[in-house]
Amino acid sequence: MDRSITYKEATEDISGIITKTGWRYYAILTLMGVSGVSFLFLPWAYQIYAGQGVTGLNAPIFWGLYLVNFIYWVGIAHAGTLISAMLYITHTPWRRAIARGAETMTFFALFLVTLFIFIHMGRPWNFYWTFPYPSQREIWTSFVSPITFDVFAIGTYTTSSIVFLFFGMIPDIASLSHTTTGWRKSLYTFLSFGWRGTDRQWHLQAKACMFFAAFIMPLVVSVHSVVSWDFALSVVPGYAKTIFAPYFVTGALLSGFAGVLLMLSVMREAYPVIKKYVTAYHYDRVTVFVVVLSMIWSYLTLMEVVTGLYANTSQEIEHLKYKLAISPFSYLFALMIFSNSVMPLLYIFKKLRSSFIGRFIIPVFVLVGMWLERFLIVPNSLSRKFLPWMWHDYSPTWVEVSITAGAFFFFISMFMIFIKVFPIIAIFEVKEDIGIPMRKPH
Amino acid sequence: MAGLLARIAERWNIHREPGFFKKLDHKWTMVIDLDKCNGCGACVTSCYAENNLPVVGKEECGVSRAFSWLRIERYVEGEYPDVKVKFIPVMCQHCSKAPCETGCPVYATYHNQDGLNVQVYNRCVGTFTCATYCTYDVRRFNWRTYKFEQPLDQQLNPDVSVREMGIMEKCTFCIQRIRAAKDKAKDEGKTVEDGDIQTACVQTCPTGAMTFGDLQDADSKVAKLAKSPRRYKLLEELNTDPSVIYLKRVMKEGPSKHG
Repeated sequence: MDRSITYKEATEDISGIITKTGWRYYAILTLMGVSGVSFLFLPWAYQIYAGQGVTGLNAPIFWGLYLVNFIYWVGIAHAGTLISAMLYITHTPWRRAIARGAETMTFFALFLVTLFIFIHMGRPWNFYWTFPYPSQREIWTSFVSPITFDVFAIGTYTTSSIVFLFFGMIPDIASLSHTTTGWRKSLYTFLSFGWRGTDRQWHLQAKACMFFAAFIMPLVVSVHSVVSWDFALSVVPGYAKTIFAPYFVTGALLSGFAGVLLMLSVMREAYPVIKKYVTAYHYDRVTVFVVVLSMIWSYLTLMEVVTGLYANTSQEIEHLKYKLAISPFSYLFALMIFSNSVMPLLYIFKKLRSSFIGRFIIPVFVLVGMWLERFLIVPNSLSRKFLPWMWHDYSPTWVEVSITAGAFFFFISMFMIFIKVFPIIAIFEVKEDIGIPMRKPH
Repeated sequence: MAGLLARIAERWNIHREPGFFKKLDHKWTMVIDLDKCNGCGACVTSCYAENNLPVVGKEECGVSRAFSWLRIERYVEGEYPDVKVKFIPVMCQHCSKAPCETGCPVYATYHNQDGLNVQVYNRCVGTFTCATYCTYDVRRFNWRTYKFEQPLDQQLNPDVSVREMGIMEKCTFCIQRIRAAKDKAKDEGKTVEDGDIQTACVQTCPTGAMTFGDLQDADSKVAKLAKSPRRYKLLEELNTDPSVIYLKRVMKEGPSKHG
């Protein structure tokens, strides 16, 4: 962080992202918004009307692209939690400039997670039956079902992420309410809840953030473990693996960090002023995480295959054969290994970390690779279950592909709206980074 | 007060009795003698007629969405001149330790007091978990609203509901017939006897390969057949403890290896 930046400059730079909007922003937002609606919501409406028959799902393969996307977006959400919670508690200085962006990503990714749960359901209008609520019918939910674990895990995760994001934003919202006019001023005034910046308020705010950071920290590990149990608690050959919980958590963090890197890089290009706050130093730190996580992921991928081989049941062998050789998607395995295990190793070279390749190419590869990992696990395992008579291949239809693509457009458009309403870089935390002016060296 | 405590203690002790929660009123079981089965498919047809199963057509069957609750699996062994075709009827095995039951978040599928694995259509929200966990792939999903056009709606069985789009279903062991027989027996002040209940497939089977009855009743036909040395259960090694018992086919060269 450049210590010569003044407080005034920081406030103006970051609130400038909110208030100064060019025509390009509106053009991209319109494009993304329209694509999001037409690729995601229109096909979904068609699917609700016509039934799940419009997807490529069939008798053995009941979980397809929707479940893949569900796991994928939970994974994307994870880096935000790690950065905001774990690094908050350990007082890691470089988290300050990137934490808000990562938390925002968490929030919108979790929004999509919830959406995909509804999309994949046969009767989504009955979703509330999965909550334990008192009713005259005296029916409760089944607490042995991993789907119920999911409802609680993701519900807790979403709620605490929103609260944490909002608590961290209160001082910024209050400072924005002084500099803006019109609807923004009334919105910020309302959302700042009477923040005046007194010592006591700062003290309470820090305390609340610390509490929620400690509250969220176990969720970093638990949420994706619970998601992995949707699969690991079954008896299906490719699913029933004890290694799934750490495997999924590592993969989630890997994809999440790649997502954060890509998001930061795009933001820096769109708003060059951010380059002052998110520097090569930040890339240096985050990419170290990516390399380490990629290595752990590679080890666990190897272990997943080896565990199947070691079990040496005919079902496991058949599943591995299908996944690695026979399946119409088996060539994707090599691409997955290349993008998740080989590409991140380029970060070992320090020069590449903040170069164009390091900022854009490698994160995109990792994001694609992690999507493929989930894709290779979910439908491929169901294609070869126990009775050979029911073996069948999976091929997604345009509805599934369109909803998958639409989710990305919708995510981008929501993110773009967010950055125009709330500061994407925490102003007060950046000021902490700059340091107290009086203590500056002369 | 002492009376209340005694009542509580009594209730408590009943529940403490080992195996209380596993005690069933009946244990409905089906025995399928593969030696008698000739693979005619009459059971499949009767199942369609009895349980209001929709006929989905060529395209849907082509993408593996055929709706039969009961299917006859065919396996071919050997090369052309020396070919052996084997078949086995597979329906919901009504596992005592069913993987599907642990998957459902809303108790749409659970084990009832008759030892049946039942599906509550109205409670299903369609998470697909049960079907994914099922080791026998016997669950069927209503991918679309399947319509029974005129005059097909006249042949629908009034005892069985027509299911709506978006829910999971499977073989029920013709629970409507079990209910009817139990109600009749109750009205007459008797208990259900062996042979009172026949599922549609059992009733239809021309060779009498299928038998249905209560395994807890030691004198029942199924209980006797279940003691056969040819008995086996499908995918027994997965420890799902199915309620369908198969009797191995005896070939020229001895008992078949694959049923």
